Amino acid sequence: MPERITLTINGRWCEALEGTTVAAAIMNAGAACRASATGELRGPLCGMGICFECRAIVNGKPHQRTCQMLCEAGMEVNTQ
Amino acid sequence: MISTYDAVVIGAGIVGAACACELARAGMRTAIVEASIVGGGATAAGMGHIVVMDDSPAQLALTQYSQSLWNEIAPQLPANVEYDRCGTLWIAADDEEMQEVRRKQAVYASVNVRTEVLDSRALSEAEPNLRRPLAGALLVPSDAVLYPPCAAVYLLECAKQAGAALYIGNAVAKAERGRVTFSDGTELSAALIIHATGAGATRLMPHLPIRKRKGHLVITDRYPDFVRHQLVELGYLKSAHSITSDSVAFNVQPRRTGQLLIGSSRQYDNEGAGVDQKVVSAMLARAFDYIPSMKELSSIRVWTGFRAATPDKLPLIGPTEDPSVFLATGHEGLGITTSLATARLLTDHLLQRGTSIPLGPYLPERFAREVIYA
Repeated sequence: MPERITLTINGRWCEALEGTTVAAAIMNAGAACRASATGELRGPLCGMGICFECRAIVNGKPHQRTCQMLCEAGMEVNTQ
Repeated sequence: MISTYDAVVIGAGIVGAACACELARAGMRTAIVEASIVGGGATAAGMGHIVVMDDSPAQLALTQYSQSLWNEIAPQLPANVEYDRCGTLWIAADDEEMQEVRRKQAVYASVNVRTEVLDSRALSEAEPNLRRPLAGALLVPSDAVLYPPCAAVYLLECAKQAGAALYIGNAVAKAERGRVTFSDGTELSAALIIHATGAGATRLMPHLPIRKRKGHLVITDRYPDFVRHQLVELGYLKSAHSITSDSVAFNVQPRRTGQLLIGSSRQYDNEGAGVDQKVVSAMLARAFDYIPSMKELSSIRVWTGFRAATPDKLPLIGPTEDPSVFLATGHEGLGITTSLATARLLTDHLLQRGTSIPLGPYLPERFAREVIYA
């Protein structure tokens, strides 16, 4: 069994199995990755780093493609 | 039957759209023709800076006059024009450039443009992401930025409302002696023909003293508040205006969207539209030198465009040897700023209304004269 790790999503502690993408963890937490310029909620579309729809703020860095990142213990994720 | 107009403007970039608007509002039966899309040339390729520039007295007069015209219409501009009076910071890296700050302030003061000198600390408070220490800056609060293609569309809409006709998608093959001929052979008759085709002006008028000056721009993703003013290095004056060589200079512009435009580059004798990676790298290295944390940002697009450069860095506005043909081109990097003044001056000249500033420095004949006496 993969290990469980904990990270924060919008300030709330969440658990994720090791190997989970940040995009999946955001969806599991019931959040959208970001809001578009016109306020529409957005999440992963292509799942392979091309569409940029799944961008979020990871460890303070905005516009990170969360479908291309794996969850790490103590990671701070914020939707944008 | 051939349609007949008082004036036909060729080119629906921001300069052409502004001219069509002024001419139509002056009561002339006006048409504007565009081969491609409205505001799709240098208008779309450049930054949108409404800036007072003091490279020469004539440039200062034109940019200041035009900025005053932008100030008049600013309240009417639709939201998509993204007009934002964010001000310009002319950044001095060292004490030598601080002397330039004071010289520039004196010039602006002489024409009643209010400015403020920022010392090193005030500059880092105004723009926390700039490297420290820098010597200081000159703040010009009245300068603005906007999104030029939408400004061109707005001016064109104003022209149409005033009765102007738009012919789009048909390239002009010939435009002289009161007649505009499209590539498909159709024609318009025009008492006045105004060439507002930017760097493309030499296609129809090969003798014009206009050279294409290529530029690159990078745009980032949205980082609101990362930069708050239009930032220009004072070294810009040295590099941007050295006529002969390729150059890059630090120039960053915040957009209403939170995106940042990063420039600038200038190259002659490179007419391919392709992105030159070496130029982009040099341009970004210059930007990172001033804003180190910019390295962490994502850029989303790089593109190029062509400025219409003249030998004396002033536009060509006014009559030519063909009594039906007039010019409104050669604006180089200042066409967004100077579009409104160009249109007003040309229209005032055509209607013999008397111009608010002397037209002399911009008249195309200044180059014809040089040829005759050379």
